[in-house]
Amino acid sequence: MARVMLEVRDLTTKYITRYKEDVYAVDHVSLKIEEGKTLGIAGESGCGKSTLALSLMGYYFPPLHYMSGEIIIDGQNITGMKPDDVRKSILGREIAYIPQAAMNALNPTRKVIDFIGDVVRAHDPTWTKKMIYDHARSLFERLGLPAEVLQKYPVELSGGMKQRTVIAVAVTLTPKVLIADEPSSALDVTSQKMVIKMLRDLMESGFIKAMIFITHELPLLYNVADDIMVMYAGQIVESASAKQAVFDPLHPYSKGLMGSIIVPESGLRNVKLVAIPGAPPNLKNPPPGCRFAERCKYVQAECKVTSVPLYEVGYNRAYRCILSETELRRAYEHGE
Amino acid sequence: MASSGNLCLSGTGVTKVFGFGRHRTLAVDHVDFAFHEGEIISIVGESGSGKTTLAKMLLGLISVTEGEIYFQGKKRDISSGRKKKEYWRNIQAIFQDPFSAYNTFHKIDAVLLDCIKLRGGGGLPKEEKVRLMTEACSFVNLKYAELTNKYPFELSGGQMQRLMIARIFLLKPKILIADEPTSMIDACSRATILDYLMKLRDETGMTLIFITHDIGLAYYVSDTVYIMEHGRFVESGSADEVILHPKQPYTRRLISDVPKIYEEWDLSTV
Repeated sequence: MARVMLEVRDLTTKYITRYKEDVYAVDHVSLKIEEGKTLGIAGESGCGKSTLALSLMGYYFPPLHYMSGEIIIDGQNITGMKPDDVRKSILGREIAYIPQAAMNALNPTRKVIDFIGDVVRAHDPTWTKKMIYDHARSLFERLGLPAEVLQKYPVELSGGMKQRTVIAVAVTLTPKVLIADEPSSALDVTSQKMVIKMLRDLMESGFIKAMIFITHELPLLYNVADDIMVMYAGQIVESASAKQAVFDPLHPYSKGLMGSIIVPESGLRNVKLVAIPGAPPNLKNPPPGCRFAERCKYVQAECKVTSVPLYEVGYNRAYRCILSETELRRAYEHGE
Repeated sequence: MASSGNLCLSGTGVTKVFGFGRHRTLAVDHVDFAFHEGEIISIVGESGSGKTTLAKMLLGLISVTEGEIYFQGKKRDISSGRKKKEYWRNIQAIFQDPFSAYNTFHKIDAVLLDCIKLRGGGGLPKEEKVRLMTEACSFVNLKYAELTNKYPFELSGGQMQRLMIARIFLLKPKILIADEPTSMIDACSRATILDYLMKLRDETGMTLIFITHDIGLAYYVSDTVYIMEHGRFVESGSADEVILHPKQPYTRRLISDVPKIYEEWDLSTV
């Protein structure tokens, strides 16, 4: 059994809106990542992927609030720690986060090296300028980035370079777990590949021990992740290995997601894209039953009233649907 | 292929140069193209290859340094404001970022009313205008009654992009330029947007020009693909020909950079 780097048990977090309404954006999510593994999280916009990533770090600030559950990073339980302590001792060292529009995080009026200096000094004010520079230089060399970048302003860098710089800054303090939230969504294919290669190298060289990769691009996720978790309306609806999730999805929602894949491969040109009709439910008052019931092709009367638990089927595989595995497979065969 | 063979938009030696002297940048370098009526064209390239500059020139938003653009066989004339407006009745665009495409202070019916006015329907009775707007909204599966009193920021990205298509439906231009129409919205709404655009093409017979870096999308939608590198078209042809049997090394590299699901994605060739 490999070492478990991140374990989350029954985590629930909510947003409190301006009008004092509760929005449960992460609802009883449990997950486990072993050393050297990459977990991919898929789902459409607004289904709680990014909120889950924020919640995992244990760093809550309004309107996001912690409700219940446990977060254990490499054996250390960080549940209930004060936000300030989390920021000083957990963020950056144990777990690091690359937000969606990360390249806009660089301050346009300061050089990249100053930015790194800020990060390092926030955790240990005793570092001198020389130490920071040497550390940054060796880090950049190790990550295959040119050291000149350190002395440049963000406007002088291309989009892909900015994104890679931000990743480098995120791993400055050698975190154990890295959360990458859509790190390549604004980049073109070539820069995207460079970013992915860099993340892969980080994993392979043991620089970071585990990674969570969030995206809605399934072909990309399939190539990056070992396991895929599909989220819908704040809940996990399916978790499986990457291969199973893409080629043999069980939940009707994951099945629908796979219908929207576009790849430039022969034979896939005239495949009709199957869009899932409708939109996710409003999480202010989620439906009592299955949250996907409104949009599901195989909906039954029971679905709308009883809430559905996550059924475990076999090793490392679970799905949230009242239909059994065989019933679902038969339905998909008839549907096509 | 759905093209009827009539030339819709063509250009010879179209060039755009930004700056001069030391800062001279050749953004688009003597490109020739011929887009037919009812055809779906994709212009594919990396960031900085000049795709958007070319689109802006086609739209008449920036001037052409050298070369000529022909619209329906005749030289395009946009020398005066009135002629420009006349030209824009025939050519319209959807941009990458739906969030910044709308006037924040205008309600949604004002957005749609503007389109009716641009088509010369300003004098129609109110019921007729509402009927037209309802029809446009139902084309993209939006409910006009729910939208009428809303502001654009109250919609989601996918809804905004669909409203953009409803606008195009009202305007019925001859050419539609879609500049990265799906890169800001997620993969699930992407299928919907593409379906509506293709339905629009089938119903109105307009020419659709996709500007994109997503080769998967280009392969899925287009009849003809142009590959652009450093301001030049390096390869063009039918989608199957260019994407499944690329001849140029640049095209090959571009295609190998896309993550795929049936083939191995080779990360070593960066």
